[in-house]
Formats: sequence, C-alpha cells, structure tokens
Amino acid sequence: MPTFVYMTRCDGCGHCVDICPSDIMHIDKTYRRAYNIEPSMCWECYSCVKACPQNAIDMRGYADFAPLGHSVRVQRDEQKGTIAWKIKFRNGTEKNFLSPITTKPWGQAIPKLADVPAPSKEMRDSQLLYNEPKWIRMDDGGLHTLEAAGLTLKKGVYY
Amino acid sequence: MFAINPFAALAASISPGVMQAYVVVMIVLVAAGTLFDIIHKGSAKYFFSSWRKPQKKKEVGAGELVAIGVKTAVVDVLASGEFCNAKRRVAHLLTMYGFVLHVVATVVMVFDFSADSMWAHLWWIGGLMLLAGGYWFWFFIRVDVAAEGSSRFRVMHADLFILSLLASVTLALIWAWLQARGSGAAMIVFALYVIATTVLFAGVPWSKFAHMFFKPAAAFEKRVSEANGTVQNLPTLTRDDPEQRERHSMELLRDAPMDMGLGIKREAPRHY
Repeated sequence: MPTFVYMTRCDGCGHCVDICPSDIMHIDKTYRRAYNIEPSMCWECYSCVKACPQNAIDMRGYADFAPLGHSVRVQRDEQKGTIAWKIKFRNGTEKNFLSPITTKPWGQAIPKLADVPAPSKEMRDSQLLYNEPKWIRMDDGGLHTLEAAGLTLKKGVYY
Repeated sequence: MFAINPFAALAASISPGVMQAYVVVMIVLVAAGTLFDIIHKGSAKYFFSSWRKPQKKKEVGAGELVAIGVKTAVVDVLASGEFCNAKRRVAHLLTMYGFVLHVVATVVMVFDFSADSMWAHLWWIGGLMLLAGGYWFWFFIRVDVAAEGSSRFRVMHADLFILSLLASVTLALIWAWLQARGSGAAMIVFALYVIATTVLFAGVPWSKFAHMFFKPAAAFEKRVSEANGTVQNLPTLTRDDPEQRERHSMELLRDAPMDMGLGIKREAPRHY
C-alpha cells in the first residue's frame, strides 16, 4: 500500500523527505511538492503520513485486498500525545481508534542509560528484553490482561 | 534619495501617461491571467466539487461561514497561518507585506508625482522587506535547497514567480539609487526593471502568482470542511473530549497534561 501525495494540500515543507526511512519521499523538481519516487519500495510504515503537517499524504491500497472506497486515515497529534485512526470499510462501516503515543511530555523522560546499573548475568541470560518487565508492568501486580481490565475478547469478525 | 519619488524624476524622459498606461495594463494582465489560470487548471471546479462533498455531517450556517471567513482572512491570509515552518512563515510575511507596500507605493507615486514623501519611504521599505524575505527564501529555506540539498542556483520553471519578483524589485531599487546619483546606467537598469516587471505580471498563467487568490480560497474550504465534519476524511477523535479520555486505550494518559509539548517538531528537518 504505497503512499501518494495530494498535490493540492502539500506545501513542500520537506517533513516527509526528512522522515522516510526508505528515502523515497522527495520533492518534485517541477512542482516543488513531495511525491513518492518509488512506490514499489515503500514499506508502508506510515511515517510520512503521520508526520505530514498538512495531512497531504495518504495510502493507496492494492486493489486485491483493499478495494473500492475503503480508507485508512490517521491524525498524529503530538501536543495531545495521541494518535487517531479512522478506518472506513467499503460497506460503509467506520471504526475510530484513539491511542497514546507518549505518556510523558516530550523530551522530559529521555532514559539516561549511562546512569543505569549494568545488567546482571541473570538478566543477560533471561529471555526478557531490557526493561521489559517494567514496560509490560510485571512489577505492578503482574501482567495487565483483558480479564484484569474487565474486558472480554469476542470471537470472530464483528462490527 | 529615500524621500524622492523616483517616477517623478523619470517623467523628464518618459511621459506620465505612458507610465500610468503601463500600470493599468499590468493590472489587467494580472486579472486576465488569474481568470485564465482558474479556467485552465479547473481550480474553481475543484473548489466547488469538494465544497459539495456528500459526506458532510452537519450544515454550516451563514453566521458560521462569516466567522470562518474572518478567521481565514486574519489567521491564514494576514498572518500566513498555514505555514508549519516558522522560518518560511516569517519569510512569507516579509515578502507579502513588502510586496503590498511596494506595489501600492508604486501605483500612488506613478499616478501622483506630488505624493507625500512618506510613499517614497514606503516604496523603499517595502522593497527591502521583500528582498530580505525573498532572498532568504531563495537561498536558504526553499525546499529543494533545505530538504533535497539541491544547488541554490538551480533554476526551473516553478521559479518564474519568485525570480521575476526578486529581479523586478532588485532592479527597481538599483535603478532608483543610480538615478538619484545621476548615473548614466540608470536607464539601462530601468529597461531591465520594466522587462522583469512585465514577466512578473504577464507570466501569471505560467507562474505561482495566482496563489494569492486561490490559496485563501483553499484555506477557507479547509476550515469549512472542519466545521461541517468532512475534515478531508480524517479522524476526529481527540483527547479534548472527556468521553474519549475514558476509553480503555487512553488509560495511560488519564493523568497526563493536556499539552505534551512538541515531539519530532522540536527539530527542523535536516535531511541530507
């Protein structure tokens, strides 16, 4: 699902050129607007879609799996610390999601790895990654599961 | 030099009627060029087709439309609010207000040789503002230079507007300076000034000149789409809504401040 640019919304700020990990977002030499120079090399990482301040970049779904009239739009709001997704199915069903992208104000909780004690042999031999027990909140009353949050997982496809 | 009307001194060699006719022709060329551009590119058709998008969620009343119009005029037009890059915004403000001051002062001084010396000052101030913003943009913050690392001296079709604008005003100021010193080269520079100015105003269908008319229309349409709920089909959920703060997915942000500051936008893009 490579990206494409709505040329009428792009103001040529260069954010997508800066952020593309595949280095395929570039500035058109005639119109001075961004475009995907090589859609077949697009990783579909959505970095440029999220970074575009004008929301001028969208994904083009391949016709075999995302045909006719679907859309996946995203709004990354750094100041609120959230990302919102709007998924439209081709039968008209719409789903909206809102999730955090940070839990602390930006730039104030950068880990100072030099000050962290070196991992013990036991930690090195463990299957768990650095800080993983902390991030999955093993040290805060065990794993937080759907059950613990009072939720249940419905089986099958449902709308 | 800064208090003298340069066009009054020029009247000794070029008749005032010719100068005034030239200004009128340039105004007509801009109007005709813009109309041609609108028809040729179908921008008005595009504007109205997105205006009538069927998925709008609510009707926007006349009062709200007026409020949106005022907001567009104040924020997007007068303060260049659509720019996300602060440097580009400052450069645009300098160029835009410089252009307005310079053009208005030119028209006033051409049609009234006895105009107050304030207009001559404004002509110089506007020209210098335009040159400061324009050359800053051209050499440092233009996206092919800033993001692509292209040469500062690489010229292409898209540069017709900015280059003819810079050439016109640069030559205007050099001409006025040479004329005030009584230099014989003044008339040569004046001829180049007229050529650059003619390219600027007659080149509207091929340049970006018409953006000063269609960009406010696009900004207005964008604000209306936010008001009527279409929002370019973008998600509309935000943390401002107390109901959304209670979502399970938002548990980790429940006690976080509403303003988390800037993330990737703390740094300007430096791609190459």
